[in-house]
Amino acid sequence: MAASVPVETPTLEWRDTKRYAWLLGAVIPLIPFLAWGLVEWTGLDVFWYFGPVFVFVVIPLLDLVVGLDPNNPPDDVIEHLENDKYYRWITYAFLPLQYLCIVWTAWMVTRPEYDLADRIGMAVSAGIVAGIAINTAHELGHKKEKHERWLSRVALAHTFYGHFFIEHNRGHHVRVATPEDPASSKLGETIWAFLPRTVLGSLRSAWGLEKRRMQRRGISPWTLRNDVLNAWAMSAVLWGGLVLAFGVGVLPFLLIQAVVGIWLLESVNYLEHYGMRRQRTESGRYERVNPSHSWNSNNIGTNVLLYHLQRHSDHHANPTRRYQALRDFPEAPVLPTGYAGMIVLTWIPALWRRVMDKRVVAHFGGDVTRANILPGKEERYRAAYPLPSDAAGSAAA
Amino acid sequence: MARFRCPGCDYVYDEDAGDPHEGWPPGTKLADIDPDWACPDCGVREQQDFVPVEG
Repeated sequence: MAASVPVETPTLEWRDTKRYAWLLGAVIPLIPFLAWGLVEWTGLDVFWYFGPVFVFVVIPLLDLVVGLDPNNPPDDVIEHLENDKYYRWITYAFLPLQYLCIVWTAWMVTRPEYDLADRIGMAVSAGIVAGIAINTAHELGHKKEKHERWLSRVALAHTFYGHFFIEHNRGHHVRVATPEDPASSKLGETIWAFLPRTVLGSLRSAWGLEKRRMQRRGISPWTLRNDVLNAWAMSAVLWGGLVLAFGVGVLPFLLIQAVVGIWLLESVNYLEHYGMRRQRTESGRYERVNPSHSWNSNNIGTNVLLYHLQRHSDHHANPTRRYQALRDFPEAPVLPTGYAGMIVLTWIPALWRRVMDKRVVAHFGGDVTRANILPGKEERYRAAYPLPSDAAGSAAA
Repeated sequence: MARFRCPGCDYVYDEDAGDPHEGWPPGTKLADIDPDWACPDCGVREQQDFVPVEG
């Protein structure tokens, strides 16, 4: 497909300039320890909130300063790059650190010397880690190797979000950029309306997918062979173990960190496909997923910390491809900054629409009717972004 | 019995082996599988897109 040829890089000269930068991903699960260090060093309790400050202030600034990453691996090194085990060990290494983070924070929140505000800060910072752990789980869950799919569920245990690995791979990837996908946000839909739709819709879809799989195998869905249930069982063991070790006082902490983690992950879902819609082909099926159906960002800062998640177009076109081999496509729609900065924009829906809506319309060549519009808002968008034929007063197609 | 490859990734559906994890017992013909059944590895292509593997 000529439209999907990535930016050319001469093969002989190519080397992975980010090879060692990927190690920086391990900074994320160390956030609570960095927060503790900053509190101890400065004496300021406000640093318990270092997690959100790091993700919503430090990383967006880093993206603005460090800028874009034009580096694309050429076709003939992709296989070699994917087979280099060094890269997958980096994602595996995230998991023990992530578990160290939740156990340590559970212990910290039950210590008497900290007040309520400190504890909430610890929980929110741990939630940031849990949310970005869903990104690690995402990378692992797409792989063909059984042990990586298992590790994916281990990484999702913090947030009770094990069903994500089912729904994301077999629901979201199949229906992406269609009105039927709960995890593809619609033009005019605010993050606050999207959150309940995606959380509940994805849960329902994951259960349905596994229920149908169990039906085909002729067994009841109420079994640990159901991947939704065995993934939740891991969460029950983790949460139960922490309650046994530190008392029921850790439950509010566990709830807060899970909610923060889920909100962070779903915020990323919100901006990855905002307004994008696959058109129907003559047979009635949706056109194949191609790079134009996902928002991308090539900011190095967020890209290194999220394992190239922002090269989202290549990911949706080739979901099993490993993170280090993902490429940038010139025809993919590009967000004005990295994912971290874009999440901040979602907090103010009017501002989000001001920045994003015109970009969605431009992506569809000025034809807003081709976008995935929130039902009920079609007329308003049609009036705000008239087609040339509307302006001429002729009947538009 | 024949083998079919997902055109989106390297997944191969072998009718002899089936895919018991997906609920297709050994011997299940590709033609008997739901046309909307998505590739269990990539999720991008469906049963109706699968192509025969030679040999």
